[in-house]
Amino acid sequence: MRCKYGLKTEQTNRTQPEEKQAASAPILSVEGLKTYYYSNGTAAPAVDGVSFELHAGEIVGIVGESGCGKSTVVRTLMGLLDPISSRREAGTARLGDIDLFSLRPKELCRVRGKRIAMIFQNPLSALDPVYTVGNQIMEMLLLHEKMTRQQARERAIELLREVNIPSPELRVDQYPHELSGGMQQRVMIAIALACNPEILIADEPTTALDVTVQAQILDLLRQLRDRLGIAVILITHNMGVVAALCDRMLVMYGGVVVEEGSCKEVFSHPAHPYTKGLLAAIPSVAQDKERLYTIPGQVPVLRLPVRMCRFSSRCGCSMPRCEQEEPPLTERAEGHWCRCWQESGKEVPADGENS
Amino acid sequence: MKRYILMRVLKALLTIWAVYTLVFFLTRVTGDPIEWLTIAGASDSAKETLRENLGLDLPLWQQYFKSLIGLFTGDTGTSYYYARPVSELFAERIGPTVALGSIVMLVTVLIGIPLGVLAAVRHNTLLDRATMSTAVIGSTMPNFVLGILLIFIFSLKLRLLPSGNTGTPLHYILPVIAMSVGPTASVARLTRSSLLDVIGQDFLDCARAKGMREWKVVLKHGLRNALIPVITILGAQLSAMIGGSVVVETVFAWPGIGTLIVSSAQQRDFPVVVFGVLVIAASVTFVNLLVDLSYGLLDPRIRNS
Repeated sequence: MRCKYGLKTEQTNRTQPEEKQAASAPILSVEGLKTYYYSNGTAAPAVDGVSFELHAGEIVGIVGESGCGKSTVVRTLMGLLDPISSRREAGTARLGDIDLFSLRPKELCRVRGKRIAMIFQNPLSALDPVYTVGNQIMEMLLLHEKMTRQQARERAIELLREVNIPSPELRVDQYPHELSGGMQQRVMIAIALACNPEILIADEPTTALDVTVQAQILDLLRQLRDRLGIAVILITHNMGVVAALCDRMLVMYGGVVVEEGSCKEVFSHPAHPYTKGLLAAIPSVAQDKERLYTIPGQVPVLRLPVRMCRFSSRCGCSMPRCEQEEPPLTERAEGHWCRCWQESGKEVPADGENS
Repeated sequence: MKRYILMRVLKALLTIWAVYTLVFFLTRVTGDPIEWLTIAGASDSAKETLRENLGLDLPLWQQYFKSLIGLFTGDTGTSYYYARPVSELFAERIGPTVALGSIVMLVTVLIGIPLGVLAAVRHNTLLDRATMSTAVIGSTMPNFVLGILLIFIFSLKLRLLPSGNTGTPLHYILPVIAMSVGPTASVARLTRSSLLDVIGQDFLDCARAKGMREWKVVLKHGLRNALIPVITILGAQLSAMIGGSVVVETVFAWPGIGTLIVSSAQQRDFPVVVFGVLVIAASVTFVNLLVDLSYGLLDPRIRNS
């Protein structure tokens, strides 16, 4: 697989093929995406030059803490930004031969749902309370496929069965509030899969669910990828979810990608101090610590233009250069990219501040 | 659900009975109808005969039960003034009142809701602000004041439209405007704010992510959810309108039950007044009952609980 990043100069020497997907062209390729939020006349760079590629059948995780811009990336791709408070400033997103951002509203509507589908964080609030779940699945089918209501209904029942909902013939006529949280998320997935999309965007699909249900939903996503070959962009702040499900991961901080690589590589050889911090913060059964490790400080409020490493204020190994110049993404190992001035990347102080 | 409906109907009947009883006794406090019905200087014996004929010589509680039992047997009593069955008088007058009310409701729904949707979708634009400031004025001005103002401008000064009575479609224009401005404004304001609440919800984004066109997202998922409080206010407006028609009909000399009740009250025509209030109370209770039941239709979460 190939990865591209925001800065033009970085794109020249990155052609390392990797794994089996490399042969095929990416189905989605995002380049130099910038989305700013505006309030009181000041712009906040929520996404500030993000580039990545997605290949068929691949699950890419985007991780980062709240406010790092991970949701904004996918909301921009789906055209779901609030037009009053936010705007896409730059970037392209190519889906096959079309640029998502140059589509007219009508054309975008033919892509949304049909080619790229999305599931949301909280299934109860993402499902309309006044329509039956069957109705909401049928709605997707009737929008994009030529079928009668009867056919759509039968397909809806079939889809519910595919996402492992028991007695789908009964569930199809129930309302969202009559289902459990896990069931609701399954319904969301059934809606998303209705038109066999090429890409599924899952924005924190398990955050609102309890742990046992989380595992079932992640299992389901993996099965669907294996069975349908659907490519998944998984947004999460949970490193465990990434480790369990993803082939490749992007770590985002302050609106940029700070590290990218295969999950195997990033988990075994994290290069960026932020990634190391995130990994250190995963609770471990083996360790019997009183308190969990936390990365000190908070996500900074960024002002444009950014001329420093965005993580420098919280970084345990920050250098003077980090305050003056933003580091570019550089390749540390095959397909493993990191945005840090540290050549090899020192270890994060073992017992960083516990707050 | 069946039990709930039954309880609601029983409560509604109880309310109507209470109103009936209250009005029955209150009207008697207003004075002696015989004074109204006889010319000055009529002999006492003539007055007594009239009193006996009208059943006013009986003790009050007997009058009350007689009238109440009459209601159940379909006898609504006889008007003192017109000397005709009360039900007949109302049958003649209910047409114009219902016609006016229906048009007003239609105007309120057909203008108020779209206006509110437009203001919500064009949130914070000139259109939104203009609509909402008009709505504030509209909903704060009492309809009889507006009615008098309209008559003054369009009938007296411009001489464009009839000031009262009924006959041609033109006669409807001023009363409909006077009665619908307030409710339309309230409905528009509530539709707007209710829709704005819904517009921020995830399920609208979800519908957009399905590839649904924006206008359809707003109408199918937005408005349907926003409509629940709007139905409440529509019910309240309709109730207020039924009660308020008494005043507006008087302003426009509209030959409906409103004017009948007002003139009968002035003439101490007790059976007409009591039955009129009964009709209004029953309509209001019925509307409220319908509103309560419509929640279940609009929101499945209420239906099951």
